[in-house]
Order: sequence, then structure tokens, then C-alpha cells
Amino acid sequence: MAVFEGSVLEEARTIIGRYPEGRSRSAVMPLLYLAQSEQGQVTRDGLQEVAGLLDLTTAEVEAVATFYSMYRLQPTGEHLVNVCTNLACMLRGGKDVYEAAHEATGIPHGGEVSEDGLFTVHEEECLGVCDFAPAVQIDFANFDAVSPKHIRELVAAIRAGETPEPSRGPTMQSFRHASRVLAGLEDSVAEPEGAA
Amino acid sequence: MSPDFELRLTRHWDQPEAMGLDGYVQRGGYDGLKQALAMSEPDLIQLVKDSGLRGRGGAGFPTGMKWSFVPRDTGKPTYVTVNFDESEPGTCNNRELGEREPHRLIEGTAIAAKAIGCHTAFIYIRGEYLWQAIVLQQALDEAYAGGYLGSGIAGSDYDLDIVLHRGAGAYICGEETALLNSLEGLRGQPRLRPPFPAVEGLYASPTVINNVETLMNVPDIVVRGADWFRSLGTEKSPGSKMFTISGKVERPGNYELPMGTPFRVLLEEEAGGMLGGGQLKAFTPGGSSTPLLTAEHIDVPLDYESVAEAGSLLGTGAIMVMDETDCVVEAAERMVRFYAVESCGKCTPCREGSWWATRVLGRLENGYGREQDIPVMHDMGTNIMFRAFCALADGTASVINSSLKHFGTEYEEHVRLGRCPLKPAPAGTQEVAS
Repeated sequence: MAVFEGSVLEEARTIIGRYPEGRSRSAVMPLLYLAQSEQGQVTRDGLQEVAGLLDLTTAEVEAVATFYSMYRLQPTGEHLVNVCTNLACMLRGGKDVYEAAHEATGIPHGGEVSEDGLFTVHEEECLGVCDFAPAVQIDFANFDAVSPKHIRELVAAIRAGETPEPSRGPTMQSFRHASRVLAGLEDSVAEPEGAA
Repeated sequence: MSPDFELRLTRHWDQPEAMGLDGYVQRGGYDGLKQALAMSEPDLIQLVKDSGLRGRGGAGFPTGMKWSFVPRDTGKPTYVTVNFDESEPGTCNNRELGEREPHRLIEGTAIAAKAIGCHTAFIYIRGEYLWQAIVLQQALDEAYAGGYLGSGIAGSDYDLDIVLHRGAGAYICGEETALLNSLEGLRGQPRLRPPFPAVEGLYASPTVINNVETLMNVPDIVVRGADWFRSLGTEKSPGSKMFTISGKVERPGNYELPMGTPFRVLLEEEAGGMLGGGQLKAFTPGGSSTPLLTAEHIDVPLDYESVAEAGSLLGTGAIMVMDETDCVVEAAERMVRFYAVESCGKCTPCREGSWWATRVLGRLENGYGREQDIPVMHDMGTNIMFRAFCALADGTASVINSSLKHFGTEYEEHVRLGRCPLKPAPAGTQEVAS
């Protein structure tokens, strides 16, 4: 099955067009995000098709995809829960929040996806939200100063079919939605409110 | 309560309208660009040189000098690349600057572009700044619609495009040559220098790479002049600086202060003092890559020279504060683990050293430390420092060396007690095992 076809192929061409003539290789990162948004992870098909679009080898694209932590090459839950435990967050209880995220989602350490397919939990390095530690991102939307109780509530709300409103910025519906936004296709994003 | 000075970078932070183009222009926005477009390139570069502006991303390199290194006779295009990869642990001022006044960044970028004759600039923003990238893209769209970008910018005959490029979660891409590789569609690994990016950077063309905060200082320098810029800060570190203070303080956040402001003022007056009245134990003055300082350094003036004299680095101005209940070994383990995770894998001392050091620190913290672990840590610290391609490894070594230097006794206590001395002894504590 083709990852890039129809309107998605058009979008891929638009992305390539952002970069100077002859520099299409620069589009590999946004195209990987686009592939990820289509399939919920970067698959072998996705790697091959990105390579085809940019006239690269699959190995060249895979080298990039495996280097960056925001591309997921393994099955991923509908929602990606990233908990920062780096120093600024650790000093404010980030490690407890991370443990609570595992407990609440039921994902054991080393596990990738919760049984219901809803969640993946990832221990993050500094997310650049040290002023509101401990920092959590769900589908790359920010939740500030999160406590273990708060993360359990967020997980429960998502399980109940709700989409919790982030502390700042637009609401992300899912990991796939966020990946589409990360590809620079913001047509699907609500207008952000004023700065926090 | 705060020191008496005129805010610069943050002066519109209480005015949400400054986020949009109209609000920014009403406050004098893009006046600097208009003036810059009327200046000759050498005059513009000389002005920034005279201001003494130094790169705010960590290294403190003089900005005007960086611009002057760009050769103009190569027949290749020149590029400005904005480093918005802000990933140094503890740092988040670029994020807030960009959120609150994105047009100031666009204006600073455009002025830098004009100074080196660049017609396509790139902003490389870390992927995790998903919302900030949306804010910035909307501001870019506004700037195009308002005639500040595109062909004939701000009524001149100068053309400029700015392309926003999102990273995907790699600390190393804040290193400027790794950033260039990443932007070219490669793994984000640093390049050998020379050639320096000024000569052979993006697409093997002359390139200037500047930090967000650095560029956001430029519009005011153009409008108000070099002497005005120098009226704050110290002689060698002029201007104001954004500081991020986090950890065990009452009011974590981003604060703008004149360079050379004592740390005590930032901690006690701006950040409201230690959280819950705790005791200051240790702090990083410029992110986790800068050597730890301690309570005895509370009066250190926060500028490049003074922090270096105290044995550390101003870095990104990211101050993470620990109190007497925080374990330095646990903190060191977490910081070194960061470098192990983020090492690009190119150099052995960094790739292997950070990994092994994390293991040794982990067993010390968990009560399985051995007496020889402390000399092993010393050995690793010395053998990682300056032995790798880029400064990521030096960050690892700085954590190890500075924590051993200031808190050697705390390490020894971990070994002697077979547990962390700052945590209650668990019932039936087991004897030291290996």
C-alpha cells in the first residue's frame, strides 16, 4: 500500500518545494513526519517511499529516521506521553510523574504500547519547559507542572474519550495529528490563543 | 524589587498584542529592518561589532565579528541559519521569547541576512516546540503578507525568504555544524572544522548561525545604536541577558537582567528565593553542561568573565538550583545519562564514556558503590574532557569533574554507607554487594 498517494503526495511535493532548487534532501525530516502521520509510525514502506521521492537510498533515509527520537519506528500508541525527568524536572518530582504514567497506562518499563493501544510512554530529556516543571507533553502538546495525580487524571480522561486541553497552545488529537503538524501542515490546527 | 533598568527583550511581555504583526509594528517593530536596509553592509556589520553583542547560545562569540567572516566573493549564495534548537537542559528562554514576540526574531533574522547579503534564511526550531513553531509560522505568514518578507522587503529592493525547519528530538543539533547536517537531511553529527561555517556552511556555502536571543537584540541595536546597547552590562559582556532559573526556587521562570547582575539578585529578588526557605546547595550557572557552582558562589556576577573566573561558564544562562535535600550523585547520574542518550555516537570518549559513567553513578546512588569507583570517576572525567569532536563530551566531563570537586565527601558517603545519605535508610538495609 502506498503511503504517499493522492493529496498526501501533493503535500509531499509542497514540502519539497520549501527548500532551494536542488536541495530536496533537506525535506527528508518533514517527509518522515508526514509518513509517520499517515501510518502512526515510520514503517519500512514509509522509509522506501521517502527515499523514492528524494532520490535517496532507503539506507540514507533510515539513517536519519533512526537518529532522531521523535520518529517512532516501532508500533506506537494512539497517544504519545512524554515525561521529562531531566534535572530541572527531577528536582520538582519528574521521576514520580514518569512512574505514575507507567502505572496509569499499565505499560511496564521496556514496554511500548498499552494493551488498549491508546498509549506509549517515553522518558524525555529536557523539553525546554523548565519554568513549569515537571513538564509533560502528550502528542507534543504541553502540560505544565504535572503531578502524579494529574498524570493519572489525564490518562483517565483520554481513556474516557476526552481530549484534555493543554496548558498552552492548540489541542492535539493524537500522535498522528501531531506528526502532521510537525510536517508543517498546519491547516489542521486551531488558531493558537495569545501567549500564556 | 528587580534591579532598576529599562527592559529590552522582555519589554512587551505584558502586552499580548505584541505577538501579532500590527501590535509589533505599533511598538516600533521593523523600524530596525528599515534602517538596516538603508545602510551599507560594512556599516551594519561595524555597528553590531561596536555594540559588543556576543552570541547568547553559550559560546559568547562576538556577533559582528562572526558576520564579518563571511566571504562575499565566492560566487555562492550566503545563508543565515537561526539556531532555535534550544535543548541545553535548564534552558527555555528562546521558547518564551519566540512565543511572545515572534516578529522580533524575524526582524533580527532579516537584518542579519541583509548584513551578509543572504536571500534565503532558515530557522531551525526543535521539534518539541510544536506550538512555538506554529506561532512562528503564522508570524512568518503575516510578515510575507505585510511586505516584510518576500520580494522587495519593507519597501526596499531587497528580497528575502525565511524557511522554518523543525528538528526531531536531538540535543546535538544545537551544535552548529550538526544543525547544518540536520538541515541538509543528514544525521545530526558535527562536522570537522575548518572549514568553518562562515566559509563553508549550509550547502557548502558561506553561512552565519546565530542564536534566537542574539538576533532578537539586533533590531534595537540598529535603532538605538551601539552606545545605547553598551549602557547595560559590563564592558566585555554588554547588554542584558535572559536567564532561566528552575529547580528549588519559589518562582521558576525566565528573567531579563543586565549582564553582570549577581546570582543572588536573580535568586532572591527575581525568583523569590529558595523553595520553602531551603538552603542553597549547588547550581548550574549555564545549563547542565557548565560546571556546578555552590552556595559560596552566590554573589558571582552573571557575565561571561566573572562566571569563568568562578570556575564555570555562563553558557545559556540556565540556572538549575538544588537545595540541601537534593543528592548531587543522583543529579550527576541524571545529567550524565542525558549525555549518554544524546551522544551522536561519533567519538568513543563521549559515546562510551557517558554510558559507563552513567552506570557507575547509578550504582553509587543505589548503594552498590565501591571504593575504587571514585578514582574511576576522576579518571573518566579527565579522559573525556577535550577528547572528543564537539563540546557535548565536555558537558559530560563538567558534570563529573565539578560534582567530584565540590562534593567529593558526598560521593565517599555513598560508598561508606552503601546507600544515598540523603534518603532515609530502608528497613533491613542490605550490605554492600557488587
